[in-house]
Amino acid sequence: MTKPTAHDSSARPLLQADKLSKRFGGLLAVNDVSLSLFKDQLHAVIGPNGAGKTTLTHLLSGDIAASSGRLQLKGQDVTGWPHHRLSLHGLGRSYQKTNVFLPLSVWDNLMLAAQAQGAYAPFNPLSWFGRADHNPSVVARADRALQLAGLSAVRNKTAAILSHGIQRQLEIAMVLATEPQVLLLDEPLAGMGAAEAETMVGLLQTLKKDHAMLLVEHDMDAVFALADILTVMVNGTVIASGTPQAIREDAKVQAAYLGEASA
Amino acid sequence: MSAPLAHLEILPRSVHFLLALGLLALLAFPWTGQDFYTQMVTRMMILAIFAMSLDLLQGITGLVSLGHAAYFGLAGYVLAFMSPADAAASWLITLPVAILASALVALVIGFFVVRTQGIYFIMVTMAFAQMLYYLFFDNKGLGGSDGLYINVRPSALGLDLENKLVLYYFTLVSLVLVYVFLRRLLWSPFGRTLNGIRLNEHRTQALGYASFSYKLTAFTLAGALAGLAGYLWGVQTGYVNPELMGFHMSAHAIMMVILGGMGNVAGALIGAFGFELFLHFFKDLPTVGGFDLGKHWQLWMGSLIVLVVIVAPQGLMGLLRPRSQDD
Repeated sequence: MTKPTAHDSSARPLLQADKLSKRFGGLLAVNDVSLSLFKDQLHAVIGPNGAGKTTLTHLLSGDIAASSGRLQLKGQDVTGWPHHRLSLHGLGRSYQKTNVFLPLSVWDNLMLAAQAQGAYAPFNPLSWFGRADHNPSVVARADRALQLAGLSAVRNKTAAILSHGIQRQLEIAMVLATEPQVLLLDEPLAGMGAAEAETMVGLLQTLKKDHAMLLVEHDMDAVFALADILTVMVNGTVIASGTPQAIREDAKVQAAYLGEASA
Repeated sequence: MSAPLAHLEILPRSVHFLLALGLLALLAFPWTGQDFYTQMVTRMMILAIFAMSLDLLQGITGLVSLGHAAYFGLAGYVLAFMSPADAAASWLITLPVAILASALVALVIGFFVVRTQGIYFIMVTMAFAQMLYYLFFDNKGLGGSDGLYINVRPSALGLDLENKLVLYYFTLVSLVLVYVFLRRLLWSPFGRTLNGIRLNEHRTQALGYASFSYKLTAFTLAGALAGLAGYLWGVQTGYVNPELMGFHMSAHAIMMVILGGMGNVAGALIGAFGFELFLHFFKDLPTVGGFDLGKHWQLWMGSLIVLVVIVAPQGLMGLLRPRSQDD
């Protein structure tokens, strides 16, 4: 597999953040962070606990509003857009803490996710009639996500009784069912055993080919196996950004982060 | 952890059977010739429509409204305002107007209350309902505390609702239509999304659903259906007063939904009939040793609801439900 070492500057980023900041009272959780996500590229964000990685993901996904800065999705200014609107425009995200519909089956989780795209507005009476599970394009989207994430075997199982690793896979499958072009994944490997992690890394490897991806992750083996570009955050600030090779050799990064982690 | 929330909407075959039997019984009931009981059943059917409309919020969307009677009572008032003193209004006109009025007020109030969650939602829905209650209670022009009379019941298309039997079947048809509408809605894209909002609102937003619009639509629809019930109530009693919008009315509807089992519409329907039957039974209790048991019916009703919540958290309907394989 070839990894682009520097990105073709003529390609337009799918998601572009310009000097995003988030202030919680006196705490500057994210400080002037800029980054671009390109198609077919996985951009990993690493950093010690409390570096602001999850907050950054929240800013990019519209879960919380930025205090300042700009956000562009596919060339369109989407600064201040709410969560659900970004999602409908091709930005999908998964959560650090598993956030699925626990009482529903895997399939029903995926159907609900798949049905969001192209849905009638709620106040349109057309959305009140007709069975949700009779829409062929929705079924096709849910099925594609089911296959991609390798969940066919647990299709009819209730999400609540699945193992943690499978729930994490479902978490990602639900994002895939919305057919996003940009994927923001917040610690997809969190709490996984070695075998489960391996499955997940394989899945992420596959997804890289069709999406612009942001991966926040603590598992350094996975990060260096997957990432095309790495950004290192400490205390809300980006201290380095570049290819995995360049990051490995960066003295600041070694001092601030990798040194502690590999010690 | 998941069991009480899961698949509330799937009805076991026994319930379908029970409902079919119930429908036959309702169709045949007036032929028993018991005028008093026919009127009582009309009243039960009206309350069942009201309870089902609340279930759309409480059981399906997970929004517990303690002010749902506001939209019930309002439609009754609209009928009263539109009824001439000595002639029949047309229900073809007054019914849609009454339903629209309830829907419109629910839309406006919903715009504010649907932003809140949990206990705050309960409190603000109650506060708005109390505001409406006192608006009517304190204004002589709106009937004041005495309320308003509907001297002549509406009529149209040869269906004169002054006729008790016509009103009975009119209400029965309304009941069936509302039930079928809500059951279909439950499996529609809209209904599936409301279900998702109840289970995990944050995730529905992440998937791309504007949950505010969904909740507001549900609130408005529930208000409209409550309006249908309130209109029929006004027709049946020929009288409206602020109590129809009152706290007790709202609370009774919640109890009906809990008694029957929420989230599947059928439970609310069964709960409304059950509640009224128990009410009738408790009020008829004799005086024992100088203590009038019937006068204190609320004590027995309260105990019954507590018992149901403890023994059958999914209501009377839950007792008919086979245990799911996942439990």
